[in-house]
Amino acid sequence: MDAPAIGYLELAIGAVLVLLNAVLSLLLGLGIGRDLLVAAVRVVVQLLLVGLVLKTVFEFASPLTVAAVVIAMFAAASYEIHARQQRRLAGAWGFGIGAGTTMLATLFVTTFGIAALRPDPWFDPQVLIPVVGIVLGNAMNGVSISLNAFNTGIVRERAAIEAQLALGASRRTAFRRMRRSALRSGMIPIINQMSAAGIITLPGMMTGQILAGMAPFEAAKYQILVLLLLAGGAGLGAIGATGMAVRRVTDHRDRLRLDRLAKAD
Amino acid sequence: MLETRSLRRLHVGPIDLQIEQGACVSVAGRSGSGKSVLLRMIADLDPHDGDALLDGKACSAMPAPAWRRLVTYVAAESGWWADSVGEHFSADVDLPVLLAEIGLDPQAASWAVARLSTGERQRLALLRALCPGNRVLLLDEPTSGLDAGSTERVEALLRARMARGTAILLVTHDPGQALRMASRNYLLDDGRLHEQGGAMSRFASGG
Repeated sequence: MDAPAIGYLELAIGAVLVLLNAVLSLLLGLGIGRDLLVAAVRVVVQLLLVGLVLKTVFEFASPLTVAAVVIAMFAAASYEIHARQQRRLAGAWGFGIGAGTTMLATLFVTTFGIAALRPDPWFDPQVLIPVVGIVLGNAMNGVSISLNAFNTGIVRERAAIEAQLALGASRRTAFRRMRRSALRSGMIPIINQMSAAGIITLPGMMTGQILAGMAPFEAAKYQILVLLLLAGGAGLGAIGATGMAVRRVTDHRDRLRLDRLAKAD
Repeated sequence: MLETRSLRRLHVGPIDLQIEQGACVSVAGRSGSGKSVLLRMIADLDPHDGDALLDGKACSAMPAPAWRRLVTYVAAESGWWADSVGEHFSADVDLPVLLAEIGLDPQAASWAVARLSTGERQRLALLRALCPGNRVLLLDEPTSGLDAGSTERVEALLRARMARGTAILLVTHDPGQALRMASRNYLLDDGRLHEQGGAMSRFASGG
């Protein structure tokens, strides 16, 4: 591949646009300039750092360094899932269900990615880390959105759930509607992304590969594989997380146990 | 028929109570005295100590959903899980007939839950809980939002159920209703049930 090299001058050209936005915001009193600038600085620093770290990891190409990077990514994702929920399960469950299902789904889906891409060695960081990263990000979104919808939903729908339980519904039946709608919220982003891909937008990864010189048809195939993995990861994670959440907010006597939700912030 | 043994939760209990087949027992008490806590314990909707038995069979010895189909709790504030009224009823009941029985439009099955009045919700929630299988009804102020005519129809419906052997534990703020419906009247105070016996007239006058 003969990707056109990007230097700091090229990055500066991109930065002009952000500055233009910030100036507009300041002049018109739109109040978005500060956040935009902070985010722009963050993206520059974070991605350059990640680029440096990955460069080192790729050079080592040792399973241990790859594992260390994957664990660090899992830790960050777990924190993020926890932070994104307005209502959480109390205690370790509030952290554990989201983090656990996201990791399991990511690991499971990554094995499919490895089977499809067949890197050599199998832990080749140049394949494994990007695949884990993108699958993890999507599983994290699916899980955190679904869990948040679920946890806020049970508080709102408490009377409806208890009415069903009181009439003799099992916990599974009583939660069916809510679980379905929570799953739907978590899966909508990836479903929309797949539906719109290529028609309304070119997916980011494919765009990047084409800019970096890859043949469009090859880039499309890569993108298809990745989107399928992402849908799988988000779906499995969200199904697992809501399933465990149903079990946790109920007990063996099919009672709704709102006492197992943490107090609202 | 229904028997509770040392039911206890929060500030309520231990409660030992028996209700015979086809009988109605009323419970009164100020707000917060634990009337709903008591009904919910019997329906096994909250964790609690003690046990309830139906014809000698313990609640804890059968799956909770099976117990609740026999011993059914109707909350004061009803919950609705679908958009239309009809979706909340099983397909094998003759809904228009039932609706007419409690003074509702026979077409109400197609109504949206969102447009129901408080009194309509209350009556429909009760109707929804009545199925051939339930032996005991735990009713939490079933007529608190109803006018006299509707209250009368609900009471007639409940009496018909009692005549077929259903036992009723009735939480009510209305002393008149307690006297009309129940063979025994209790006051829940300090977490214990106090039988009101001959003192019912005193209770009825607010004493």
